[in-house]
Formats: sequence, C-alpha cells, structure tokens
Amino acid sequence: MRIVIGEGSCGIAAGAEKMYKALEPLKNGFSLGITGCIGMCFLEPIADIYDDRGLLLKRLVRVTPSDAPRIAAAVTSGDLSSLSDLEITDDDASFLSKQTRIALRHCGRIDPEDIGSYLADDGYRAITKVLKDYTPEQVIDEIKTSGLAGRGGAGFPTWFKWDAARKAPGDEKYLICNADEGDPGAFMDRAVIESDPHSLIEGMLIAAYAIGAENAFVYVRAEYPLAIKRLKKAIADAEAKGFLGEHILGTDFSLRLRIKAGAGAFVCGEETALIESLEGSRGMPRLKPPFPAQKGYVGKPSNINNVETFANVAWIINHGGAAFAAMGTETSKGTKVFAITGKIRRGGLVEIPMGLTLRDVIFGIGGGIRGGKRFKAVQMGGPSGGCIPESLLDTVIDYKALSATGAIMGSGGMVVMDEDTCMVNMAKFFLDFTTKESCGKCVPCRVGTKRMFEILDRITKGEGEQSDLEKLETLCAGVKDGALCGLGQTAPNPVLTTLRYFRDEYEAHISEKRCPAKECPALRRYRIDPALCRGCTLCARKCPVGAISGAVKEPHAIDPAVCVRCGACETACRFGAVIAE
Amino acid sequence: MKEVDLSFLRSLLGEYEGDPHALIEILQRAQEHYGYLPKEVIAEVSRVTGTPAAKIIGVATFYAQFRLNPVGKYLIMLCKGTACHVNGADGIEKAVSEELGVGDGETTPDGLFTLKTVACLGCCSLSPVMMVNDETFGSLTPQKAVEILRGYRGGERS
Repeated sequence: MRIVIGEGSCGIAAGAEKMYKALEPLKNGFSLGITGCIGMCFLEPIADIYDDRGLLLKRLVRVTPSDAPRIAAAVTSGDLSSLSDLEITDDDASFLSKQTRIALRHCGRIDPEDIGSYLADDGYRAITKVLKDYTPEQVIDEIKTSGLAGRGGAGFPTWFKWDAARKAPGDEKYLICNADEGDPGAFMDRAVIESDPHSLIEGMLIAAYAIGAENAFVYVRAEYPLAIKRLKKAIADAEAKGFLGEHILGTDFSLRLRIKAGAGAFVCGEETALIESLEGSRGMPRLKPPFPAQKGYVGKPSNINNVETFANVAWIINHGGAAFAAMGTETSKGTKVFAITGKIRRGGLVEIPMGLTLRDVIFGIGGGIRGGKRFKAVQMGGPSGGCIPESLLDTVIDYKALSATGAIMGSGGMVVMDEDTCMVNMAKFFLDFTTKESCGKCVPCRVGTKRMFEILDRITKGEGEQSDLEKLETLCAGVKDGALCGLGQTAPNPVLTTLRYFRDEYEAHISEKRCPAKECPALRRYRIDPALCRGCTLCARKCPVGAISGAVKEPHAIDPAVCVRCGACETACRFGAVIAE
Repeated sequence: MKEVDLSFLRSLLGEYEGDPHALIEILQRAQEHYGYLPKEVIAEVSRVTGTPAAKIIGVATFYAQFRLNPVGKYLIMLCKGTACHVNGADGIEKAVSEELGVGDGETTPDGLFTLKTVACLGCCSLSPVMMVNDETFGSLTPQKAVEILRGYRGGERS
C-alpha cells in the first residue's frame, strides 16, 4: 500500500509536512508519497491510502502526527478498519463527488514533483499528438470548437487571441502565462501550479506551437514560493525528457520557458502592465490599442493567457473541443474552478460545469454557512467584482448571467459572507485595496478611488451624510468611464453592487448611525448584561478610559459617555457578559 | 553604519550583463542576499547597468516586495485579503500590533519582528492567516496570534 499526503500550501500550513515527517520513520511494508492540493482545504491535512494498483482505499482527514503510529500500524497490517474514526464522512466526500474536474484533473492525484507521475496519467500525450498530426491552424480550430474563454476574469475567447497572435506579422513572438493571481480570495492558479505544473507546461507548449512562439514566460506572484519551486523542477524535468527546449520530440518546434517572479503589484494582472513588469519596469498599463497580439513584450506580438486557461488545453486536445463544449451553457462552455472561502462550512477548490447555480455551489457543494448563521452575500471577482445577495442565489454561473448582477465571473474567487459582515465595510475594504494598488498613472483611478474610500470611511465611522450616496454614485460613474485600464474601470463595482443590493445598510449607517451587522467599531454600543456578569473586574481593568465601574462580585456597568468603543472589554470578558449592539 | 559588501552584487550583475529587462530580477536577488536594498546597492546597480538611480528607486517603491530598510529577524506577513478580512483579520492585526508595539511596516526596537500586512497569501481556506518568515499559521484568533509571537520571542531567550 501507499500513503499519500496532500502537500499544497494550504495542506502544509495545516501541518501536512509534519505529518509526512511523522510517518517517514514508520514506513514498514508501505511507501509514502506526496500530492498537491486535493481541494478540500477544510479537512487538511489529508492522508490518502492507496492499494498497489493505485486504487484509493481510504481518505483520512484532519490527521495529526499523533495519529501517525496507528495509521502506520494499520497500513502495515493491511487491516484499515481501526482507522474509520479518521475517515472522511460521506457528507464531506460529496464535496468532491459533485464536481467535474477538467482543469484540476490531476490535482490531488499525481505527485507534482515527479514527471513520471504526470506521464502515467496521460501526460504530454496531447503535445505529442499535436506535433504529429496538427497544423497550428487546426489547433486553433479545435480550441475554437471547445469555446474555451479566458479564465483569468475577462472571459475573452482564447482561440481569438491565439489567432490574432498567429496572424500578427513578425517571426519573433512571445507566449506569456499570467500567474499573477492577485485577487484576494482566489487561489486556483496557485493550486494548479503547485499540484500539476506539467499541465500548465503542456498547455503552453500547445499554445506556443499554435501562435508560433519560441520563447515563453510564466509570470508568477512572488508570494507563491512553493509554486515557483515546483514549476522550476517541472521545467527542468520536462527539458530533460525532451518536452521543452530545442527540437521538441525530434521536430522543428522549439520552446524555451522561463519563470519570472512578480514583485507584488496587483495591477500587473492587467496584461499590458504585466508586460511592463516583464521588461523590468514599473507595472503601469499601456494604452490599448496596440494590443499585445500586435505589440507586446519588447514590442513583439505576444499572447497572454491565465494558468487555468492553459490547464484546460491538453484535455481539449485529448478529448476534442466538442467534448468540452458539451459542458456549460449557450454562452459559457466547459467548467470553471472556484475558490470558496469566507463563512462557508466547506471551503476549498471547486470545479463545476458552467450552468450550475450559485446556490448549487455554495449550499450543495460548500455545505452552506458555518455555525448556523444566515447567508448574506457572496463576493465574486475580487476588487473588480461585486456582492451578490441572497435573492439572486439562483443565478446561473455563466459569464453573461453573472455580469448582469453587477458582479463578474472573475478569476473564480467566491467569498461567502453571513449576517455578521457589514457590506459598507466590505466596499470600504475593496476601495482601500484599489487605492493602494492603483498604479497612479491616470487621474480617475488614482484620485477617484481615494475619494470614494474617504467617503466610505466616513460612513463607517458614523460621519456620513445623506448626500454621500449621490456623491459615491457620481464618482463611480466617472471612474468607470475615465480610468485607463481594467483595474480602475472595475474598481467601482464593489460599491455599485453594495449600493444596489444593500442600500438599507448604507442608510442605517448614515441616518441612524447604526451598523446592522455590528461590525463597524465606531457604531457599536457596548453594555454589560447584569445576569451574566460575575463581577470579576477584568473588563474594568482592561478598559483604557475607565468607563467601567462596579464592585467586586457585583455586576459592572459601562458609562456610554466615556466609552470609546474599542471592544477591549468584549475581548476580555470570559462570561460573554459584554454585549455589542 | 556597517559598510555593505558589494562583491555578491557585482558577480550577480555579471550574470545579467547585456539583459536590459532584468532589473526586477536583479533587485529581487539582491534583496534576498542583503535582506533589503541598501543605498549602496542601488547606486552600484545604477553604475553598472547605466539605469538611472531614479528609475531603480521608482521600481523598488512601486512593488510591495522591495524594502529600502532592514527588516527584523522575523518578518510577519499578516494577510488582509478578502477571506481573512471576513474572518476577522482586523482583530488579529490589532492584537499583534499591541503585542509588539509597532504598526504596519515597522520593526520592533530589539530588531526581532517586522510587521507587514499583505494583500493575500493565497491560503484563504485557513483564514485568517499570517506567515512568520517561511512558516504559515492559519485559523488564527487574536490570542493564538499573540501566543505564536511569544513562542518566537521565548525561543530567542532560551
């Protein structure tokens, strides 16, 4: 038998490496291996037990090093019945069984650090087939049939970009993979690179062949050290096996692939900013046209796609574009990967065919809200996207339908919020982000987002005025129309959607000086419930302004005139007697 | 002030000779070696590559990764991404900040800790998250975060 530990970044943060080290000295009659992200982050660390034919016998979840001896003993003896308390429940297992995995097809199954493991799972079959039987035009046709669209957020047809780059005049062309996954709340690209780097390489090989590029870059966020490490190894291994480099598989096709680490700027996800950054400059977007397909990296025709887009390509070649197009809706084909996080019961990576509803994903797969709270909204598309309310949970996942809500498909971050999340504060959070990440080149974005942030900040502090909402709306329209690039043009979306669906929360902050979610500190009121207070005096000692009085073992009280609403008493109280309202 | 030994940088610059697009990579590797980008390093990169120092500073201040000042022995990267925000990152920041007596971007007087908030570490399902050097800590509470830092400080004393 074989024990395989899920070692993606999330798994490692949850203790997967410690688990591996605990099992290593106990190896007796079984082998030990790693895999990437299994996708069930909420159950990490995970240990899978396989039989010698590679059949999954048992999936053990939330394992700790103290479980290692009995796991090793059971696997050595061949009798796994004693491990049933660690085994995944059927309910949790449905998280995976309800998914359709194309881009993530190898994730959590193969060893990302072993090219042999990828080769054994159909790896590099598509590029072999392409180099043997396809002209570049036929590859582009196949991608056109599949209906694959850019998974980074914009949803632009992939074949169209490839075709434009192919037809652009010039011999020197570049292929670029955008792995600058900057949307806070999205981590599918990291998971794909960490768990299945060869799928990315193979997808890029096919794209490079199609557009006629001999040089390619993967632009990865510097915050993803494990992804960079595994991709580096994968590139070296692919070169050693003749899948990368000069005269690939004995043909005239050559491709040199290099990694460029980003240096931490969200705007570099915008393709022209990314090119500036590749060239070693500040990542400030260029005016389009000319588009990268005409004038990209070092002024040469370039094509940029996202990691998830490339991860689909080999599958499309192996199974045919029609098989991919058979999944999804009229306007959105295939599958999409989502990173579900926030107040969700089962958070992780989900890949589903387009056309399911948000409810299917959040409640059917994600298991709904944690801790019995009520669903309030789901944020999609990060700082460029919007918040979708409960009334629209039956919206179909499809580029068009999601855009109609005011949010966007985006790269696939889905942050779920419950009744405790303040939507005004949420909008402020995103504007704080865009203000910091605006490159400063154009005025509407640089100044407009700042002014929007200031208004939102005032409102959350209870200093908002009725006219602020109108001002916000005017600013939103101005920034949307006037900004140079996608970052600025979409920056108002979090404000616009919250104003549209949660206007009552804005109103409550402004006219009643009340935060319905009780999240905004300046609008909170604290009181002590005399029935719960034991008179331990801890809160009185913690209060920085001496607003709490009361004798020992007698119920205490807060003087609202003195209280500065810092919340120290609430954090300090061990009896839940301090109530925030 | 200690003098900066530029021999590493000089051999590094040799590797990139003739590559006009390598500035970010050079700065990344220099920072990895020196811990930050000292003035002397920027001046030397400028002298050797012919890139104006103003452009180098422009690049170094544009990207969040670069630092113009030394950092503490332990660099705390506190995630303030969306998922962490929803799960209480503000409370974690407040607790860490109070424990160390420093704000975002500052270093403790003993040179042990530097606190830096970051946009997203990509471990959203474990939110709220922080990294101390290369180690990631998830599912934090204000108390847990403080205990982790005390652990590092305790390890220093023993």
